[in-house]
Amino acid sequence: MNLGAIKAIYVSEMARFLRTLTQSFISPVVSTTLYFVVFGAAIGSRIQQIEGVEYAAFIVPGLIMLSVMTQGISNASFGIYFPRFIGTIYEILSAPMNFLEVVIGYVGAAATKALFIGIIILATAHLFVDIPIAHPFAMVAFLVLSCLSFALLGFIIGIWAGNFEQLQLVPLLIVTPLVFLGGSFYSINMLPPVWQTVSLFNPVVYLVSGFRWSFFGEGDVPIVASLLAISGFTVLCLVVIWLIFRTGWRLRT
Amino acid sequence: MSAIVSVNNLTKVYASGFEALMGVDLQIEEGEILALLGPNGAGKTTLISTICGISTPSSGTITVGGHDVVRDYRAARSLIGLVPQEVNLEPFISVSNAVAFSRGLFNKPRDDAFLEKTLRQLSLWDKKDDAIRMLSGGMKRRVLIAKALAHEPRVLFLDEPTAGVDVELRKDMWNLVAGLKEDGVTIILTTHYIEEAEAIADRVGVINKGKILLVEDKTDLMARMGGKDLTIELVEPTETIPEELASFNLERAPDGLSLKYSYDAGGERTGITRLLNALQSAGLQLKDLRTRQSSLEEIFVDLVKDRP
Repeated sequence: MNLGAIKAIYVSEMARFLRTLTQSFISPVVSTTLYFVVFGAAIGSRIQQIEGVEYAAFIVPGLIMLSVMTQGISNASFGIYFPRFIGTIYEILSAPMNFLEVVIGYVGAAATKALFIGIIILATAHLFVDIPIAHPFAMVAFLVLSCLSFALLGFIIGIWAGNFEQLQLVPLLIVTPLVFLGGSFYSINMLPPVWQTVSLFNPVVYLVSGFRWSFFGEGDVPIVASLLAISGFTVLCLVVIWLIFRTGWRLRT
Repeated sequence: MSAIVSVNNLTKVYASGFEALMGVDLQIEEGEILALLGPNGAGKTTLISTICGISTPSSGTITVGGHDVVRDYRAARSLIGLVPQEVNLEPFISVSNAVAFSRGLFNKPRDDAFLEKTLRQLSLWDKKDDAIRMLSGGMKRRVLIAKALAHEPRVLFLDEPTAGVDVELRKDMWNLVAGLKEDGVTIILTTHYIEEAEAIADRVGVINKGKILLVEDKTDLMARMGGKDLTIELVEPTETIPEELASFNLERAPDGLSLKYSYDAGGERTGITRLLNALQSAGLQLKDLRTRQSSLEEIFVDLVKDRP
């Protein structure tokens, strides 16, 4: 295992994050506050409670997931796309590293950043509303796994993307709609039966539901289904990345 | 001496169908400086990229230090340092962080003394805390070299290291290469500047259209292929070449004031004594004599031009 290389990549990626610490810190705080004003105050005053949970608290897991997913994807995709774009990728390709070491370095750093932002949002939300955490252990596990799996997805996007536009395309056109339609701000039980069935094909439903279960002890789908979904997704991303490195697709000529 | 880099029947066909390398065989001796000459698109960069792991071979084998670059890539790549042709650098980080990053990728612990030595050698020490985007083009090239040397490689590839750099940097680079050679580092450089190969290489390889045309000791090559010219300047112009001199195939300058004799310096008889006697009997008065050895450049142009 080339631990030195993992550390070098991780440290340099985190250094980029720290250079823009103010933005990284302020933007999730501001957006969380906005969501609370809009969803919590405006809509929450009419909805009151969902499944026995105060609406403002109910949206917190979805809110955290939304940021963790988009941040995980954008950090990891930019992390690997940038060296491809400016050409410094030659150094990674000619270094004595295997694919797993490259992935741990980039994805580890991106997941760390996403986790950091998730924690900030949780802390900010805590200022507005009381949030019970029924299964703290599961909550941390879900949070960390979500950060990792979406950073893995971002890594794939960063290797696939041919330009900056494509880099934004997948998060914007696929991930954000999936998150918004994935029960982040509502329970899918509130939907008409047809749409409930459709929702079950949205992988994000399982993640948000599992995460919400760890807070309130209730979810839209069984916790086992959520666990299987996130583990399966993580493994799928790893397999895809392994294939990418094995074939050298978009990396080695 | 044993080969530290061994390339055997290497081919590289790109996905587009373009055959960049067609059965390349190349043995690079430990501790030598090999200059690879070739026109644009000859396959120089592809060859280097394939040895270094940036490109995968289509067929054939490559070993570095006895390690196969595909099967045993960790051991092989650990020995190699690469200075790419393009100035590919992350703009926002400092010089010392960039070099430390490269060292880290090769799993080497931080070594401040070595970092300082490398940066001083390349006149980068004063700039160590500057962000790379603030540096001039020449300084950026020095950073690329420092990054390649950061893990103390045994084999250093320099892909057109002096393309577009000023004289000072070129001289500095030559000195650096000489110093590395003293430490036993094997150096392979590609270049357009034949002057550069002539100045620093031990052996010269010529590559064109994906094939190695020759690899030969530089001095042998120049002696073997290097014709020489003898220019004879006359006191009085001559309208024609006198009959006595007809057998020498002389070239008369348009003004008639000089004659040029081409001969093979490696040959047993150069014919110079005979020519001088013939000049005397033709009654020509000599003002001056000059000889000139043809450069690698001419040899190179001849070689590349002759092949289909």
